[in-house]
Amino acid sequence: MMRLYVEGVGLLGPGLDGWSASRAVLAGEAPYVAAPTNLRASDMLPAAERRRAGVPIKLALTVGQEAFLQAGRETKSASTVFTSSGGDNDNVHAINGILATAPREVSPTRFHNSVHNAAAGYWCIAAGTHEPSTSLCAYDASFVAGLLESATQVVVDDAVVALIAYDHGYPEPLHSVRPITAAFGVALILTRQQSDKSLAAIEVGFGSGKVSETTMKDEALEALRKGVPAARVLPLLAALAAARATQISIDYLDDNHLDIRVMPC
Amino acid sequence: MQPLVISQFTLANSLGLGSAATMDALRARRSGLIPCAFEDVDLEAYIAKVEKLDSYRVRPDLSAYDCRNNRLAQLCLEQDGFVDAIEAAKKRYGNTRIGVFLGTSTSGILQTELAYRHLDPQTGALPSDFHYAETQNSYSLAGFVTHYLGLTGPSFVVSSACSSSAKVFANALRMMAAGVCDAAVVGGVDSLCLSTLYGFNSLGLVSRFPCRPYDAERDGISVGEGAGFVLIERAAAASANNSMFLLGVGESSDAYHMSTPHPEGLGAKLAMQRALDSAGLQVGDIDYINLHGTATRSNDASEGKAVADVFGDKVPCSSTKGWTGHLLGAAGITEAIIAMLAVEQGFIPGSVNTRQLDPAIAIDYRIENGAGTIRRVLSNSFGFGGSNCSLVLGRQA
Repeated sequence: MMRLYVEGVGLLGPGLDGWSASRAVLAGEAPYVAAPTNLRASDMLPAAERRRAGVPIKLALTVGQEAFLQAGRETKSASTVFTSSGGDNDNVHAINGILATAPREVSPTRFHNSVHNAAAGYWCIAAGTHEPSTSLCAYDASFVAGLLESATQVVVDDAVVALIAYDHGYPEPLHSVRPITAAFGVALILTRQQSDKSLAAIEVGFGSGKVSETTMKDEALEALRKGVPAARVLPLLAALAAARATQISIDYLDDNHLDIRVMPC
Repeated sequence: MQPLVISQFTLANSLGLGSAATMDALRARRSGLIPCAFEDVDLEAYIAKVEKLDSYRVRPDLSAYDCRNNRLAQLCLEQDGFVDAIEAAKKRYGNTRIGVFLGTSTSGILQTELAYRHLDPQTGALPSDFHYAETQNSYSLAGFVTHYLGLTGPSFVVSSACSSSAKVFANALRMMAAGVCDAAVVGGVDSLCLSTLYGFNSLGLVSRFPCRPYDAERDGISVGEGAGFVLIERAAAASANNSMFLLGVGESSDAYHMSTPHPEGLGAKLAMQRALDSAGLQVGDIDYINLHGTATRSNDASEGKAVADVFGDKVPCSSTKGWTGHLLGAAGITEAIIAMLAVEQGFIPGSVNTRQLDPAIAIDYRIENGAGTIRRVLSNSFGFGGSNCSLVLGRQA
C-alpha cells in the first residue's frame, strides 16, 4: 500500500457546487439536491483563453483552484495528473462533423483544444508551473488510473501532486454510444508529508481480481457515480467528508481493482 | 533513478516492420515519406504510411477493437519476437504483475471520422457496427494490447500529444519503483487520420515537401504513422555489459502556449537537465541526441537553442523525422528505439531531406550518417500544451 495525505479537495458537479458547499451532503448530513453543474470560466485564465475554454478546461481549473486554495499552496509548486475518459467532447463532435463534409476547415483553436491534454496545457499556463504534468485515460477507470499514478509520484518522487479528474457528456450521436450523464470535476492535492492542512491519510493499493465496489447510499449520488467516470471518486469524497476511517474499493480494469483506506487526520 | 533493463523492443512504421527493416532504411537513407494519398484527403503534403494496414485485420476474437490504430499495434507486436518475450515474462512474473502504459494522441478517431459520413439519415445515429470504447476512446489502445497479450496488471493510456510515448517510460519506472508491478510493456501507436492532417494544416504547420528538420528553409512537418513497444524489467544483480538500460527520464511543462514551444526552449532545457540529473550523468556522458526536430520553424529554433544551452556544440545530434515523418503519439517510443539501435549498432543516423543547415542553430547537427562508439543517448519528445519529456538510454557506466 502507498501512503499519502489529502491536503485539499476541489469539486464541481451537478448539485455539488464546490467541496466546502458539498461536504454535508457527501457526509450524509444534508439532502442531495440535483441541479445542473454550475460551469464557469476560471479567472486564472487571461480573457482570450477564457473565451476559448471548453467544458473540461472550466471543470479542471475551477476544481484545481479550489483545492489549491484549501491546501494553501502555490499552484506553480505542484506536479499535475489530469485524467478523463474523453477530452473536450463538444469539440470532438464538431470536428468530426466538419471533417465529414467539404471544405473541412478545422480552426486552429478547435485543433489544439482537441488534444487530450488541453486542460493540462491551459492549467500549466494559468498556474505558471514548469513541473511535470501528465494526462491519462483508462475509460471508466480513468479516475482510478489517475489516483494510482498520482500515488506513485508522491511516494517515489516525493512530489506534491494535484490530481484533477473530469468528464462531461457528448452531444448526439456519440451520447447514445457513450452516455456520460453530467459534467463533473474533482481535484485532490496529495502529499507525502502530513501538514496542518491535511484532511486524511490514505493508503492506496492495486489489487488483482474483482471485488464488490463501494457504492453511495443516496440513490441519486449512486446514479451519478455510475453515470460519470470521474464521479467514481464519490465514495472517497464521502469518507473524507464524514472524517470517518473507511475502507473503499473501486473497480479498475476487467480483472483488478484499487483498495483505498481512509484515515482522518 | 535505479536503471531498468530494456529487455526487448520492436517497432513498425513506413520504413518497414521490425528493427531490421528500420535499420536497413536508415543505412540506405531511404525515407518513408510519400506524396499524400490517404482516404480522400485533398492536401498538398507528404505523409509516411504503413501500406499493409489497409488489408490487415486484428485477431478475430478482438474484432470489436478493429481500427487502423489497433491494427498497427498488432502488426508491431508481431515483430522482433516481442510476443515470445512477453510470454516468457508472464511465466517469470505472472500476468497481474506486468503493467501496460501506452501513448497515443488520436487512438482510433479515424473510425469516428468515417462513421460521421454514414449517420442514419432519419435518426442521425452512428452506424450499428461502430464500437466507441474499443476504437475512438483513448484507452482503446491499451485495452487492445492488454487483451492481445493477456496481461492484467495496472494499465492506462497517456495522451499528452507528441510527448505521450516518451512519458510512459516515467509511468513505468514509478509503478515499478512503488512495487505496483515487476515489469512493464511501454510504447505507443498513432495512425493516420483526418483530424491531425487537417488540424496541423490549419495551423500552417504542414510542409508541401518532405519535412526538412533543422534546415534553414524548413517549413513544417510531414505526418506519419507508426508503433513501438518495449519490455522493461528490473536489472538483475549482475546485468551483462551489453544490456540496454533506461537510465534517466526528465519531464517538464512549458507553461507558455498551447501549440507553440517556449521561444527560449525553457521547458525543453528543464526536461533534458532533469533527465541527466535522474541518470546521474553529465553532459559529456551523452554520445548522441535524437532530437524532437519536427521541422517546424518554431520547434527546431526553440529545441536547437535549448540543446545548445545544455550541451553546447560537441554532441552529435539529428532528427530522424525526415525518414519516419512525425509520428505524434508514437514519436517518443519510435525515436527511443532508434536511439537504442544507434547504441547497439554503433551507428549515428543523419538527417534525410535536410540540405542546408540553419546557421542560427549552434549544435553539431549531422546530415550524413556516421559510425562510432555510442554508449548513451538522449531522446527528446515535446508536445502541444507544452508537455516535454527527455529520455536517457544506453549502457551503464
